[in-house]
Amino acid sequence: MIDRLRGTAVWRFVAVLLAFALVFSLAACATEEEPIDEPVAEEEPVETTDLILASTTSTQDSGLFDVLIPAFEEAHPEYKVNVIAKGTGEALELGQNKDADVLLVHAKAKEEAFVADGYGTERRDVMYNDFIIVGPAADPAGIKGTSTAAEALARLSAAGGTFVSRGDESGTHTAEKNLWTKAAITPAGDWYVSAGKGMGDCLTMASEMGGYTLTDRATYLNMEDALELEIVVEGDTALFNQYGVIPVTDATNMEGAQAFAEWITSDEGQAIIAGYGVEEFGQPLFFPNAE
Amino acid sequence: MEVFWNATVEAVKLLFGGDAGTYEIIALSLRVSGLSLLLAMLIGIPVGYLIGSRRFSGRGLIIALVNTGMGLPPVVVGLVVYILISRSGPLADAHLAIFSEVMPRLLYTVPAMVIAQVIISTPLVTGVTLAAVGSVPAELRLQARSLGASGVQEAFLTLKEARWGVMAAVAAGFGGIISEVGAVNMVGGNIEGKTRVMTTAIQLETGQGNFGLALGLGIILIGISFVIMNGFTRAQQSGGRYER
Repeated sequence: MIDRLRGTAVWRFVAVLLAFALVFSLAACATEEEPIDEPVAEEEPVETTDLILASTTSTQDSGLFDVLIPAFEEAHPEYKVNVIAKGTGEALELGQNKDADVLLVHAKAKEEAFVADGYGTERRDVMYNDFIIVGPAADPAGIKGTSTAAEALARLSAAGGTFVSRGDESGTHTAEKNLWTKAAITPAGDWYVSAGKGMGDCLTMASEMGGYTLTDRATYLNMEDALELEIVVEGDTALFNQYGVIPVTDATNMEGAQAFAEWITSDEGQAIIAGYGVEEFGQPLFFPNAE
Repeated sequence: MEVFWNATVEAVKLLFGGDAGTYEIIALSLRVSGLSLLLAMLIGIPVGYLIGSRRFSGRGLIIALVNTGMGLPPVVVGLVVYILISRSGPLADAHLAIFSEVMPRLLYTVPAMVIAQVIISTPLVTGVTLAAVGSVPAELRLQARSLGASGVQEAFLTLKEARWGVMAAVAAGFGGIISEVGAVNMVGGNIEGKTRVMTTAIQLETGQGNFGLALGLGIILIGISFVIMNGFTRAQQSGGRYER
């Protein structure tokens, strides 16, 4: 009976699938070996270890890592940086579970609590950028030119203008909540859209809905062309967005984490941060302020 | 509509532009989902056959559980797998005791992505297989047994009879994982050059506002799915012709 089945549909089908799986398993072996072989063959043998950097989507979306990480790897060829971009809340959670070696996030109070609770060895200031409030050019809520962000939000909620919130416990969301507290308003209602998404998605959403949102300047400048949004409030010191680096206590790659924290706060790392964005946007996106 | 045309141009450029990064992402997607599908078939088809062909108490409950499994949200699967394999998770010590030499960290690796995708696709393969096997007349198997067929021969005969359904099961399993983003993002971490697959790349590009590039990758993903599904169907049909 088995003989009669040979060459029939089921067998052919299984054969196709097995061949398919085999090809890709082999491909897997082939490609996974390459990165190990290459550096050994080309340069003097350097043992590279993986370094997990948990950071935020807004930092990744800004494009800063595209210049920062290669520079770090050149200075420290013994480390290979793997960037995991999440919201600050999730990045801190990954650190707490020791699933990341080093964190680069922006929610100072949470970061200080993280270190105080013993999850991180130390926290260093790295750089800052500023938040801005962006909205449609027509400015339906009439908040353009308001001197403080809190006042702008108070006017916005009174006018019932659409506001898109990250709603994801990220650093940007935390900053936004602090501004609402400052304005003594509990944001709720149809006009307040809690998106639960990354910065880029929220900007797109605000643009589509003709609404306002709080964003970091870097992500906005990167996406400006694709958006129908303008800067309506900027320059308030309450919109200051401080980034900190934290090596995780008892991390898998503690030496790498320490090396990254030291390098990014060194003159070399700080100079790269200061230069980023000048060429493309005519202004720096981040301002280094490590001590 | 211009955006769709631009995306198509983008897709062609990506596919034939010789960009190693793009090929790497496509290859990894196929590797992860291909391997996951193979494992899901090895589990799902025999299990689906047994549930579909046997009568036992509690069968209804098991079928209901399998059917529920067919609707598992990928992001929940990703979260559960993450919690289990985290360095602070319940399996961390056991994992280190056994695999510390080979693979000290499972999180953010290809095997972690495969584990998550096997969990997503196995119920899909099982559920559709058992439905297909259940629709094969019981008389066929009885007759086979009475002619002296072994249990294995009986199984192959039944699966052959239900081949269209089994193919649908495999297609459902593949469709469920090649397109999912929640689980691979959570346990893979979308690391460039390591765990970035087509769906997480699409999510990343969308987040950065590069809609054309994201849509281009989407077109490639759908195109690849079509080629593979079409290949399965052709293999099946040509087999049918030989039979006659």
